[in-house]
Amino acid sequence: MAANFSNPVVRWIDHRLPIFTFLHHEAHEYPTPKNLSYWWNFGSLAGIALVIMIVTGITLAMHYTPHVDYAFSSVERIMRDVNFGWLIRYIHMNGASFFFIVVYIHIFRGLYYGSYKAPREILWMLGVVIMLLMMATAFMGYVLPWGQMSFWGATVITNLFSAIPLIGDPIVTWLWGGFSVDNPTLNRFFSLHFLLPFVIVGVVILHIVALHRFGSNNPLGIDVKGQKDTIPFHPYYTIKDAFGLGVFLIFFAAFVFFAPNYMGHPDNYIPANPLSTPAHIVPEWYFLPFYAILRAIPDKLGGVLFMFGSIAVLFVLPWLDRSPVRSGQFRPIFKIFFWILLVDVVFLTWLGGKPAEGTYVILARFATAYYFIHFLVVLPALSIFETPKPLPKSISEPVLGAGGGFAGATAAPREKV
Amino acid sequence: MIARLTSTIAAVAIAAGAWSFALSTPANAAGEEIEIPSHDWSFKGPFGTYDRGALQRGFQIYKNVCASCHALNYVAYRNLEHFGYNEDEVKAIAAEATVIDGPNDEGEMFERPGKPSDRFVAPFANDKAARAANGGAFPPDLSMIVKARPDGANYVRSLLLGYVDPPADFKMMEGMNYNAYFGGHQIAMAKPLYGDDVTYEDGTPTSIEQEAEDVVTFLAWASEPEMEERKRAGVMTLLFLLVFTGLLYATKRKIWADVH
Repeated sequence: MAANFSNPVVRWIDHRLPIFTFLHHEAHEYPTPKNLSYWWNFGSLAGIALVIMIVTGITLAMHYTPHVDYAFSSVERIMRDVNFGWLIRYIHMNGASFFFIVVYIHIFRGLYYGSYKAPREILWMLGVVIMLLMMATAFMGYVLPWGQMSFWGATVITNLFSAIPLIGDPIVTWLWGGFSVDNPTLNRFFSLHFLLPFVIVGVVILHIVALHRFGSNNPLGIDVKGQKDTIPFHPYYTIKDAFGLGVFLIFFAAFVFFAPNYMGHPDNYIPANPLSTPAHIVPEWYFLPFYAILRAIPDKLGGVLFMFGSIAVLFVLPWLDRSPVRSGQFRPIFKIFFWILLVDVVFLTWLGGKPAEGTYVILARFATAYYFIHFLVVLPALSIFETPKPLPKSISEPVLGAGGGFAGATAAPREKV
Repeated sequence: MIARLTSTIAAVAIAAGAWSFALSTPANAAGEEIEIPSHDWSFKGPFGTYDRGALQRGFQIYKNVCASCHALNYVAYRNLEHFGYNEDEVKAIAAEATVIDGPNDEGEMFERPGKPSDRFVAPFANDKAARAANGGAFPPDLSMIVKARPDGANYVRSLLLGYVDPPADFKMMEGMNYNAYFGGHQIAMAKPLYGDDVTYEDGTPTSIEQEAEDVVTFLAWASEPEMEERKRAGVMTLLFLLVFTGLLYATKRKIWADVH
């Protein structure tokens, strides 16, 4: 098991602190299903997006001033007077959107291939925790430039807590550090926005520990049967992830350099003004499906509960979907409902950006109802009524075709390690 | 392999398309939708740059028309070098302004000519003074006006050209002006451009359309002075990434050759 390192310094250190053995074990020889598709790239992309956000964020924090009188100007100074400040800020700003794009694809991949099922329940739940932390971080980060949407978004979202019976208002006052969104609010949001990414790093590490316990799920959703089903992580998946990163960066750079404000709201280039409410307060696009759910419910507390419920339901997903088959490939009816759910969420996103009036509210109620029906009714029912297609015996069987004529080829990669 | 890759990329593209459709939400969804005509700007597109002549002329319009009410707090005189003015010309432009500085060693504020490092001197001492001089309406800072409005460049141009006669049954409030493109159609700002408001140093005819195009080009630059550098860096970055990703793909194919 202990790797044989040729460098004597590495060997000396590794004998005392087996960090190189650990890395070799977890990032080099780590056996990975050989049939992972490109949908499995989004986990590592999310990790890289987190690193990009932390590096640019720390740089921005060196130039930013968390004070209601200076925050807006300090961001504009970063854009104009700091060397490459515009680049750092646009990477950070668009990086948030791309982080969510990557994570949402990662989540839907998990939903389709049943990656949340035993024995990966805790892995999945840690993922949901990461998403919640990301949302909190992104929300507080959006407040920092102290533009109109920053201020009013903060006001609307923190006010949600006032829906809690009895202690709601004291909680909001406590969150604000005063009687309205003001300097204490901005200061604590800055502090927490700096802290939370490192908490995310911690949970990501747990997420990876849980992942490496049983290894990645795969498009077939069946367990790895032995060495012939796996290939070492390096070089196979390091190069595949690197290529995926290249494709990701092309999309990312296209936005950063050519449409940096496309995903933002123009109102956030107007300094925060507590006396003037924008006609429509819209959160960042990645919150829109949840915002649509919030506004679909006619009761404030109900809306808040449903909004948080839409995420809470993901926590218990492993126990709602009891079908023993993981991959949607072998679940003909589940597959259809999966796509309906995806359309439903995109529809909710669209509705979230529309004003909460007239038909939009009615449509949002249907879409919200469907979201919960999918998880609370459809998935449990499918576990009972759906007849899955027969599963392949092993990963190498469908990969190699029925004959298994390439048996030698699967052994070769192990020997090269 | 390639088929799966293309299908993955296609799926991502479709998803991205769906998202962007979901995001294409007009800002003024509630009130009346006002269609804003599009103009062909020099700075449009991935290779667009600010027309230098338009920048200089637009600055002239700003200085002679807009600057009497609207501040440009985030732009410094030194930034004007971007227009092709040399150091001495910028110094001369800055020196035309009077900056209140201080306190000096006697504790007094004093006036001095502007320096290139100064930001544009605002027309009013504070917001209250600005309101008082404009019938209670606050003339907004123009440094970010183009990026602080949806479809900003087209919007500001339309607004400047949008002073037309109100419909016969339109009820106008005291001291307001009708504008075809302003939300609610009543704007406190009086028609700022009429044509022939200045005499251009480069002899360009001063039609109202020309003036509007020039001043909006200037304001677009004020909003995004980094745009040209950004696009140039973007082209280089994308070219690099395309080649680099191609190489990564070739490497990936080679490494995976014995697996599939």
